[in-house]
Amino acid sequence: SKSCATPKIPQMQNILESFKDRLLKIYHSSQFIYLVAVKAARKAFELGSTWRTMDASERGRLLNKLADLVERDRLILATMETIDGGKLFSTAYLMDLGACIKTLRYCAGWADKIQGRTVPMDGNFFTFTRHEPIGVCGQIIPWNFPLVMFIWKIAPALCCGNTVVVKPAEQTPLSALYMGSLIKEAGFPPGVVNIVPGFGPTAGAAISHHMDIDKIAFTGSTEVGKLIKEAAGKTNLKRVTLELGGKSPNIIFADADLDAAVEFAHIGLFYHQGQCCIAGSRIFVEEPIYDEFVRRSIERAKKNTLGDPLKPGVQQGPQIDKEQYNKILDLIESGKKEGAKLECGGGPWGDKGYFIQPTVFSNVTDDMRIAKEEIFGPVQQIMKFKTVDEVIKRANNTTYGLAAAVFTKDIDKALTFAAALQAGTVWVNCYSALSAQCPFGGFKMSGNGREMGEYGLHEYTEVKTVTIKIPQKNS
Amino acid sequence: MLRAVVRGSRLCPALLRAPFSAAAASPIPAPNPRPDIAYNKIFINNEWHDAVSKKTFPTINPSTGEVICQVAEGDKADVDKAVKAAKAAFQLGSPWRRMDASHRGKLLNRLADLIERDRAYLAALETLDNGKPYAISYLVDLDMVVKCLRYFAGWSDKFHGKTIPMDGDFFCYTRHEPVGVCGQIIPWNFPLLMQAWKLGPALATGNVVVMKVAEQTPLSALYVASLIKEAGFPPGVVNIIPGYGPTAGAAISSHMDIDKVAFTGSTEVGHLIQKAAAESNLKRVTLELGGKSPNIIMSDADMDWAVDQAHFALFFNQGQCCCAGSRTYVQEDIYNEFVERSVEKAKARVVGNPFDFKTEQGPQVDEDQFKKILGYISTGQREGAKLLCGGSAAADRGYFIQPTVFGDVQDNMTIAREEIFGPVMQILKFKTIEEVIERANDSKYGLAAAVFTKDLDKANFVSQSLRTGTVWINCYNVFGAQAPFGGYKASGKGRELGEYGLEAYMEVKNVTIKIPQKNS
Repeated sequence: SKSCATPKIPQMQNILESFKDRLLKIYHSSQFIYLVAVKAARKAFELGSTWRTMDASERGRLLNKLADLVERDRLILATMETIDGGKLFSTAYLMDLGACIKTLRYCAGWADKIQGRTVPMDGNFFTFTRHEPIGVCGQIIPWNFPLVMFIWKIAPALCCGNTVVVKPAEQTPLSALYMGSLIKEAGFPPGVVNIVPGFGPTAGAAISHHMDIDKIAFTGSTEVGKLIKEAAGKTNLKRVTLELGGKSPNIIFADADLDAAVEFAHIGLFYHQGQCCIAGSRIFVEEPIYDEFVRRSIERAKKNTLGDPLKPGVQQGPQIDKEQYNKILDLIESGKKEGAKLECGGGPWGDKGYFIQPTVFSNVTDDMRIAKEEIFGPVQQIMKFKTVDEVIKRANNTTYGLAAAVFTKDIDKALTFAAALQAGTVWVNCYSALSAQCPFGGFKMSGNGREMGEYGLHEYTEVKTVTIKIPQKNS
Repeated sequence: MLRAVVRGSRLCPALLRAPFSAAAASPIPAPNPRPDIAYNKIFINNEWHDAVSKKTFPTINPSTGEVICQVAEGDKADVDKAVKAAKAAFQLGSPWRRMDASHRGKLLNRLADLIERDRAYLAALETLDNGKPYAISYLVDLDMVVKCLRYFAGWSDKFHGKTIPMDGDFFCYTRHEPVGVCGQIIPWNFPLLMQAWKLGPALATGNVVVMKVAEQTPLSALYVASLIKEAGFPPGVVNIIPGYGPTAGAAISSHMDIDKVAFTGSTEVGHLIQKAAAESNLKRVTLELGGKSPNIIMSDADMDWAVDQAHFALFFNQGQCCCAGSRTYVQEDIYNEFVERSVEKAKARVVGNPFDFKTEQGPQVDEDQFKKILGYISTGQREGAKLLCGGSAAADRGYFIQPTVFGDVQDNMTIAREEIFGPVMQILKFKTIEEVIERANDSKYGLAAAVFTKDLDKANFVSQSLRTGTVWINCYNVFGAQAPFGGYKASGKGRELGEYGLEAYMEVKNVTIKIPQKNS
């Protein structure tokens, strides 16, 4: 059952308790509810349906209208994200909601710009391609950015004309369910978006095995990503896109702007309590500046105030649930045992909820668990390196490949790393810079496919070639 | 009443059906035929200016021939001021240059919102100044304006450059930069829509604009200028000058500090613009000029629909469309019946006060056009075409002309070769498909064309063979912000609308960086 940081507001607590009970009933029967949801989505996708015959520009207009409504209810949604997900309120309001609105508007703009081609093939034929929607898309959303991840999934799917069945994370269903009401208010036809909360192993499996779902998109752990892809292969070969874990390297050269590098490295790891797939969780620092970098990083980590994420003046909230909390503490212990130097933090904080002290390890070596496994918590690893070739090898020595960064003023170094790093996003002199226009996704086991940008549309489009015989072709 | 009229396809079937079904729940608001004129000066740096010369000119109501009001008359000195403001707004580091591309899109969407808010007022102003029926201004022109702006708003952060795998140890990429200061000269036949067609792509791609609006119809565009300011565009990004072609227009096309000129108007003036651009600073040029578009009706066409569409193709907007289907080629088997039905339809067309919802055809835009069209009509008669209906003025006040149909028109007649730009339909006979393709292509123009047939092979063959920028099959005058529009030959160069419409407003910069070692 859902468990997270206890909200301090008593009335909210009661509401949530009764809501949790109702949710649990849904969770336990979700795999059956999915049968109904997929049927609704399939019907909404039939040839001749309102959704299929709608002007593409009108799909865009609906997405823009949805963005207007999110803007209108920004405060409600940000509060939900905070209470349900333990997110800092100011971050939820400014960053998460800001990203949601911009992403909806970005995808709205694409709706009537998804263009096929006419193709000069050999022979007396007129050939063209249609870029059709794939069909019914199952979408499984994680708990770390509930609303942003919800929008990242539905916006491109809808702008390309698909219908969706969405499973929000069982830890954080509230904002997705509220979006259901806005989707209806915006005027999307019934059946186009269906939202069914449920548990991963049951509901997630129901979706990935469903014979009438044409495509599945999943964001979550690499472990579950593998199960999803396997299920798709075993059943109807549904198209699969995955956004999975990471152990992203952040490489700091001696010629970097040290203040900026320390700050970006800090935020790059500690943002949202370390619960980001892109967390810069292996910081490689060039030998000459290593000691100074560690010193400044410790100082920076100690500045953070922990507490109720609804309150202003708090920079770090709780971890999402007990399971995560225990996993992180276990990895911290392994760090201590395997010989990393604990510079600050290293254990729980407070007597209630799932708070963990901001933790910094130095003298980390590549074979330690904390250097190899995704921690997903406020635990920063700092390692030392000497040469460019060495750090490229070490940075790439992982089955992950989601993101990476390099801090240097040197043009040759910057461009060398842009090419050499095996990661879906490489940042130069910054970290976590994301925007709706940019494709995002993983190399290797950090995922399959890309989300956002024009590239993200490819995953929600099925290309049909139409070839018509004509009496005589002329160029 | 209007609903019945529209459903009976007597107005503008294709264009009206789609927006009307959306508007079916809310009827068109009654117009105010005497709207207040709030803006009649020159718009520079988000401020209103008199002409440097202090001169003004009158804008006329074509329904009555009376002056609506005086408007500031921009000339070279005002163009110079506007260009200065535009250049300043385009400086490296300016708010406009530094703005997120997505925010440019947001501003365009906001402008669309404001136009939607003031839709009824703008439609009334458009009808007052141009003479087109108010129902059409409201349902068609304003609908397309909003859609065009929203379409280009969506492109603002999506016209990507490329990274390129060139030979050697280099990292190579392109930037799609704005061209710079764009002079835009717009016509009087669709004042608001032509303004949107020009502003949409230019602003989405980050350019700055100096726009000259037509002297016949300046008012609606000037009102939009106030909305541009309200929407939050930085000062100097859009500057609008009412004035005449030979003065303000010429100043734009020969200006040494304007990087690109876009002109919609007559082919005759198009030549002058291109010459001036070449003789001054080689500014980039795009032109949307005249047409004499062939509308080919095969004998297997759906007769009712073809007659209906051919009528609409010619008579829409008082015949004042660059793409008017002004050579209707009818296959000989169905010629007589087609002519008879077309004449019947033309006779039934309601000419009158454009503010009246019953009216389908308003006045021509001004006295010059009025005289010119009547001149073509008498030339048509003189050269032996058969006048089947209409042929004269329709009222003794204003510039109304009767819907006119000529039959038995031959290709070499003046009315078959020259653009009339009025409610005068030419019907010609043909035998075979190869013959009609040759005759259709035998024109210096190449803007649009259409073919009506049920046969798949004929449709594909004809559409492939016609040398025109648009070919409509079993329809006419179908436009969408998503679809490129423009001319072959003397009908123009370049395309507007669609993704293609962005190209003319971008300058491609190649950046090539030496790197230690290239890896794929």
